[in-house]
Amino acid sequence: MSEYLIKNGFVFDPTQGIKGDKADIAVKDGKIVKSTEISSKAKTIDASGKTVMAGAVEIHAHIAGPKVNEGRNYRPEDKLFTYTPKGAGKRMAGGFSIPTTFKTGYEYARMGYTTAMEAAMPPLFARHVHEEIKDTPIIDEGAYPVFGNNWFVMEYLKNQEIENTAAYISWLLEVTKGVAIKVVNPGGTEAWGWGLNCLTIDDPVPYFDITPAEIVKGLIEANEYLGLPHSVHIHQNSLGNPGNYTVTLDTLKLAEKFKAKNKFGREQVLHSTHLQFHSYGGDNWGNFESKSKEVMDYVNTQKNITVDTGCVTLDETTTMTADGPFEHHLTELNHLKWANVDVELETAAGIVPYVYSPDIKVCEIQWAIGLEIALFTKDHMRTFITTDHPNAGPFIRYPRIIKWLMSAEARKERIDTFKHGAKMIEATHIAGIDRELTLYEIAQMTRAGPAKSLGMANLYGGLAPGMDADVVVYDFNPNTPHKPDDIEKAFSRAAYVMKTGVPVVIDGEVVNNGNKRTIWVHAKVNENPQVMRDIKDKFLRYYSVTQANYDVSKHFVPNPYVIEVDAT
Amino acid sequence: MSKSVTDVICPFCGTLCDDLEVIVSDDGKKIEDIYNACAIGAEKFMHAQAADRVKKPRMQQPDGTYKEVSYDEAVDYTAKMFHKARKPLMYGWSSTSCEAQSIGHEIAEKAGAIVDNTATVCHGTTLIAVQDVGIPSCTLGEIKNRADRIIFWGCNPCHAHPRHQSRYSIFPRGYFTNKGHKNRKMIVVDPRDSDTAKMADYHFKLEQGRDYELLSALRVALRNEPLPETVAGIPREKIIEVAEVLKSGRFGIIFFGMGVTQTLSKNHNIDNAIMLTKDLNEFTKFSIMAMRGHYNVTGSGQVLGWQFGFPYAVDLSRGFARYNPGETTSNDLLRRDEVDAIFVLGSDPGAHFPISSVRKIAKLPSVCVDPHITPTSEISKLHVPVAFVGVEVGGNCYRMDNVPIEARKVVDPPEGMLTDVEFLDRVNKRLDQLMGGKK
Amino acid sequence: MEGGKEKDAYTKACGIIEMDPSDLKKLGAWRGTNVRVTSKYGEVVVKAVEATQGPHPGLAYIPMGPWANSVVNPNTYSTGMPTFKGTPVEVEIAMNEPVLSSVHLVQKKCRGEA
Repeated sequence: MSEYLIKNGFVFDPTQGIKGDKADIAVKDGKIVKSTEISSKAKTIDASGKTVMAGAVEIHAHIAGPKVNEGRNYRPEDKLFTYTPKGAGKRMAGGFSIPTTFKTGYEYARMGYTTAMEAAMPPLFARHVHEEIKDTPIIDEGAYPVFGNNWFVMEYLKNQEIENTAAYISWLLEVTKGVAIKVVNPGGTEAWGWGLNCLTIDDPVPYFDITPAEIVKGLIEANEYLGLPHSVHIHQNSLGNPGNYTVTLDTLKLAEKFKAKNKFGREQVLHSTHLQFHSYGGDNWGNFESKSKEVMDYVNTQKNITVDTGCVTLDETTTMTADGPFEHHLTELNHLKWANVDVELETAAGIVPYVYSPDIKVCEIQWAIGLEIALFTKDHMRTFITTDHPNAGPFIRYPRIIKWLMSAEARKERIDTFKHGAKMIEATHIAGIDRELTLYEIAQMTRAGPAKSLGMANLYGGLAPGMDADVVVYDFNPNTPHKPDDIEKAFSRAAYVMKTGVPVVIDGEVVNNGNKRTIWVHAKVNENPQVMRDIKDKFLRYYSVTQANYDVSKHFVPNPYVIEVDAT
Repeated sequence: MSKSVTDVICPFCGTLCDDLEVIVSDDGKKIEDIYNACAIGAEKFMHAQAADRVKKPRMQQPDGTYKEVSYDEAVDYTAKMFHKARKPLMYGWSSTSCEAQSIGHEIAEKAGAIVDNTATVCHGTTLIAVQDVGIPSCTLGEIKNRADRIIFWGCNPCHAHPRHQSRYSIFPRGYFTNKGHKNRKMIVVDPRDSDTAKMADYHFKLEQGRDYELLSALRVALRNEPLPETVAGIPREKIIEVAEVLKSGRFGIIFFGMGVTQTLSKNHNIDNAIMLTKDLNEFTKFSIMAMRGHYNVTGSGQVLGWQFGFPYAVDLSRGFARYNPGETTSNDLLRRDEVDAIFVLGSDPGAHFPISSVRKIAKLPSVCVDPHITPTSEISKLHVPVAFVGVEVGGNCYRMDNVPIEARKVVDPPEGMLTDVEFLDRVNKRLDQLMGGKK
Repeated sequence: MEGGKEKDAYTKACGIIEMDPSDLKKLGAWRGTNVRVTSKYGEVVVKAVEATQGPHPGLAYIPMGPWANSVVNPNTYSTGMPTFKGTPVEVEIAMNEPVLSSVHLVQKKCRGEA
């Protein structure tokens, strides 16, 4: 492989504490190396006057799998005016809120994202998720299987059988080629099997005699027992409801008594995702208001927790979540087409299109809450930028969110065009915040932070020697005067993107499909005949496929990167 | 000595049973017996063994007879056909693996083709309805474990999906349904006394083509609004009674088939059935599912979905993907003479399209890739026999509820026979050569 | 159908029209008589059999296959889906005309010979 020297850029790398100093980044055989380790033949990339960061890491997006694809197939209208024709080495690509797999890879890469996590993989559909991941070019990907409504998990945790829960998790991660423990509306999605829900962490799950709080605590304990790279990754109960911030705080507090135990440098035991949807006050849509301050005041004091924002981008989008009852609730509100899939023994999913309109007060408030979460954050190594793609907006809007976070002027411009600006200001904090995030903080929120939270800080999110050579150059000079829109423009189309040492984007255009890998976690546990027997029994009696046909065979993951964990 | 292969997937219908056991001769060449399959599935495995099976590609001669050619010639003919055609139609894709579909799509992009699958004459109208109003559904294991109200509307699983009722919908004892069929009320809507209807607790023997009215009547009955004395030939009292049965269940499901998708009103029938399902969710939990026919028609829709964003009738001829049923659907294209070549893989339009469309196919440059002799192969210019997917080669497939299951290889294909994937791969490479890096 | 479409079994299964006994009687046909089915869109010779999944007077049924497709309404009315169900047809006795195999039927129709 070849050598590169990315010269004279303003480097922002939180892993090494570099805050915009002029520095050179040397690359050899796909890894970052010291400048002294490359020969004079190294190809030089001139980054002078430009911003240099590591490849960005997406910690939570719905980009591959059954519900994403149902979204694509049932929304032909989402393709209108979005298609680009095929080119040399490039497939035709289209779609806006739910782009095709090819477009997903190209668009992430063009923004400087080189790694992304699919946030909810129904285990029974794991093979489908991996087929899509295989067809998504350039970016490294992993997927989180969902556990929060799984019958095995609920039955083991009812009896506080942590070791058995861990053995089951280890088995499932291996057969589905998964990365982490995802929890979506714990207990509530199982209740949805009967058209019901769990709206607080103490609502009992019908028939299973367990509460959401017990599921969350048990899974945290199992996660730390195994020492997985990422923590439990939770989408909490009562998403999207006015007044839900108390449920949010109740859930976050569950993490207090646990300590992270792993060899990956991860410090949190709970990642709370798309916090915007969980930081609502009021008790109806009329008095709906922001509780981002209350929630972030708590998060700021707790090293045990990381969060991502779930910023509303004010677009027409497609909501999709394993929170089945929420999507039913949403279709009752907006009367747009509703798709639902209940998945035997495991989970469910729902899909409803949604228009976040700047003319609707609730949407304006949601927009403010997402940004407030980032702006109230004290430690940006623990708060990450997401849109919960495509739920609060498509991921291609990240550059716009970065603009809003870095510029009070841009936020004011946006607020000034809202239809209910005054009412929105009354219900939120946004107008009173003049904080402008720095490029260093943006690098924390999009690179070093998520990589650390995922337990992959040795690979991704930084530019220290030994790390993967995922390097991005943005045509943005932080030391010269600029308009807010210059930020959005620069982050939309990176000047140069390198993925594990291969240049994949030049001047905002994809030039190479890279060497995409699929990440999964192999967690070794002691032999557990009881769990193996339970698995066999459930397949014989309750699943509609045989156990032998459940396992995702290796050829669906043609270029794996396996993270080994030993919990024996 | 024979050996047994277990957990074999049946490559017949969308039920995609995955518990077959196949006894294979020691040399791995011959299937000796099949357990757990329905009669149709077993026949499919046995047909692979037929002594009179075509093993070489055959080219149609001017007098209408066929002459054997080599695979090299077949690859060359096919690639040249794509190279020359301005708007070829690539139809079928339902009886093959997702891996083959994927290579087919690459060819289609290069050739500027239209990719359409058998949904176009099957559940295409369902897909349109889903695009209009969504679809609340579930996996088949949910039915097995929870469902106590089962509706079969315009479908006859006793014949078309023979193991559906025993594996998923009527008889199995699940987690919350430990009494099996005694836990369940079965309702069949069919103008005929079908064998499925004969099993039902309630049979709505409606007047042919009156599905929309009856669906509307049920929705009215749920709301306790007034109904005429009879609707679609069904007395008001019966409709009200069944509406109450549906409401009183804990978990219900509507399975529907060609009886509704192909009858006039088509997608509007399905719209209304989905809205009935949505209405029922005000009272209890309810789902709806299409009884997909071919074993991997669902997979074709999935692969097209993630690669292009549309489930069937995908027109790539303009350099980007378009979708407009009624315009980019196979029968409309053929009727309007809009395509200038046709490639068929994994389906038999010769038997399943109206004869007026079939006549158009016979006039065009055409390639039929199929292990069998079919009406399509016998009117095509070139017939390319291939290995049976799910018998002689594996590959991913999607069940009617979108659950992916990987088909297994059970025996070797005849010596020298290509698989779908191998043939398409060679065509793709030959097409690259012909295009010389252009187009 | 999975045993081979060129085979007799396919013709026996699908080259038929299932009719109600009362309709057969009206037509004056025995069970197993060959009949010509004619619609606005085409015609085909099939074997008349008594409906196994009946009764349904006035309603006849030809299973999916090239015989049915010789007479169905091919119009999709802009849905992509031909109108396979509910085609009005006339049935008359055609005692001496053979029921063609699927392959022959389609080949002949394509050549304009049938």
